[in-house]
Amino acid sequence: MVPISYYLILSGILFACGVIGFLIKRNIITIFMSIELMLNGVNLSFVAFAAQWHHLSGQVFVFFVMVVAAAEATVGLAIIIAVFRTRETLNVDQVNLLKL
Amino acid sequence: MLHLVLFLVFGAICVAGAINLLAQSHPISSALSLVVVMASLAVEYLLLGAEFVAAVQVIVYAGAVMVLFVFVIMLLNAGEEERTKGSHVALILGVPGVLAGGLLVAWVLIERSGTQTVALGALPGFPKAIGNLLFHEFLLPFEVTSILVLIAIMGAVVLASSPETKAPGKES
Amino acid sequence: MSSFEVFIVASIVKIVLVILVLLTAVAYTVWLERKIVGHMQNRWGPSRVGPFGLLQPLADGAKFLLKEDLTPPHVYKPLFIAAPMIAVVCALTSISVIPFGTSIPILGHAIPMQITDINIGLLLILGVTSVGVYGVALAGWSSNSKYSLLGGLRASAQMISYEICLGLSLVGVLIVSGSFSLREIVQSQSGHFWGFLPKWNILHGGQLLGFFIYLMAAYAETNRIPFDLPEAETELVAGYHTEYSAMKFAMFFMAEYANMITVACLATLLFLGGWGGPIFGPPVLQAILPTFWFVAKVFVFLFVYIWVRGTLPRFRYDQLMAFGWKFLFPLAVANLVVTALLVALFGTSRG
Repeated sequence: MVPISYYLILSGILFACGVIGFLIKRNIITIFMSIELMLNGVNLSFVAFAAQWHHLSGQVFVFFVMVVAAAEATVGLAIIIAVFRTRETLNVDQVNLLKL
Repeated sequence: MLHLVLFLVFGAICVAGAINLLAQSHPISSALSLVVVMASLAVEYLLLGAEFVAAVQVIVYAGAVMVLFVFVIMLLNAGEEERTKGSHVALILGVPGVLAGGLLVAWVLIERSGTQTVALGALPGFPKAIGNLLFHEFLLPFEVTSILVLIAIMGAVVLASSPETKAPGKES
Repeated sequence: MSSFEVFIVASIVKIVLVILVLLTAVAYTVWLERKIVGHMQNRWGPSRVGPFGLLQPLADGAKFLLKEDLTPPHVYKPLFIAAPMIAVVCALTSISVIPFGTSIPILGHAIPMQITDINIGLLLILGVTSVGVYGVALAGWSSNSKYSLLGGLRASAQMISYEICLGLSLVGVLIVSGSFSLREIVQSQSGHFWGFLPKWNILHGGQLLGFFIYLMAAYAETNRIPFDLPEAETELVAGYHTEYSAMKFAMFFMAEYANMITVACLATLLFLGGWGGPIFGPPVLQAILPTFWFVAKVFVFLFVYIWVRGTLPRFRYDQLMAFGWKFLFPLAVANLVVTALLVALFGTSRG
């Protein structure tokens, strides 16, 4: 019997790590992975609340979050590839000119 | 007791993977630590009884989305990260801010939720029940997400195609 | 002994037995393939080491153990060593949910012939297959060589493309059987219809097209001819396992054949009725016969695998991907739609 707050704290820690990664990392792919980490933290809190209130919709909503995350990863990585073709760099600090 | 031990073990693996993602400088190591986080999250879902969600987490997230990330890292030959300027402001303001916000939320949660506990496998998420819900109450979001996936596929194909092969009609 | 202790002891014994049998089966599948392909090519296969070359796998094992394990200088060491381990672990994990027969009574307890029967067994196999792609991709990348990287990328792109068709062909079986648990899927195929025809999913469940889609997707998943361009010796040197030698190469080899056996077991369970077959004779024989029919069907499937390998040429990579996305995927979706329509009209075999 684990208190529900433990699951929520774990979800919060994962979300916080995701935000910190988004702020301090300079490689665009790692920034994307921090976004995925945030989404995973949110998924955990969905499932935890579903278990607490005995409402299966929480688990169903996790599917929608996963689909949106997959679609976003796909398009985001395609954009990264397109940007890499012209700028030749994956460092966000060096993509600072509107025109090459 | 077993529930608490398993939760703590896999929770520790999750947090260690998340911190490793931040600490590593090579993106491939970050990607693999994220896979470890997702796998241990799948075990946490199993502890809450969400078996179908756990399986889909491994199949879709760890097995497809992260493979896509690993592909792109391999394809673009991403090397180790360089330390550049511009990251200091975010480091000084952002990290303590996030930690303070996180601690505040955690304190409020512990105060409010009291001693409510969940048992091992609290809400069994059988595929049949989830399928029923998905196709009856959540039918509209389901169809909308299928259109979203179609748009994402088209977007990815267009964005990632090389400029020479784009529009054959615009040659001259 | 309480039932919990019986469960623990039985599980440990089953795990050890299944791993031993699986590794022996992997070694002798290699022997079988060399023999059959040899005879198809009008030559003897291995015939010198022991009668009919039956001790050839032992000689191969000794060779792999004693060979020099060379690690090239500029590889990314942690992933170079971990990639074959990932491949082998994933290949051996999916055997844990495969039921080999009905339960046999030992010392008064009925022990089911399956390491564990979870009610999402099919999803576990799909998940383990998805994670197995990492072994290939990371091996190709960590070898720090152009040929390995290209071979690894091609192999993993092929595997994730055909995983979709594999999953869709399995969904047809799911609609007809109504459960993810492998034991329940086999049990829904027991019995006969029209007097003597067994109610296998390939006949009564209407999954003939599903079976062929599964067959082709399985050949592509396990990187076998006609889909083995990423690892063929005449292309790209040897693809993702170019830089591997001795035991690590043997692990990739083992993983490929263990995947083959798992895929054959899954096809038997889902389409060919699992352990269903005529049961006769004294009770001892009756306990063994279901497993015997299961092994016989898996052997037939493996024979078709090896037969195709000896017969067909391989696809070029762009033909391979075009086949997977433009032909097999729409066909799998069509199979799904037709199966769903038939089940809605006539109901499943369980009512």
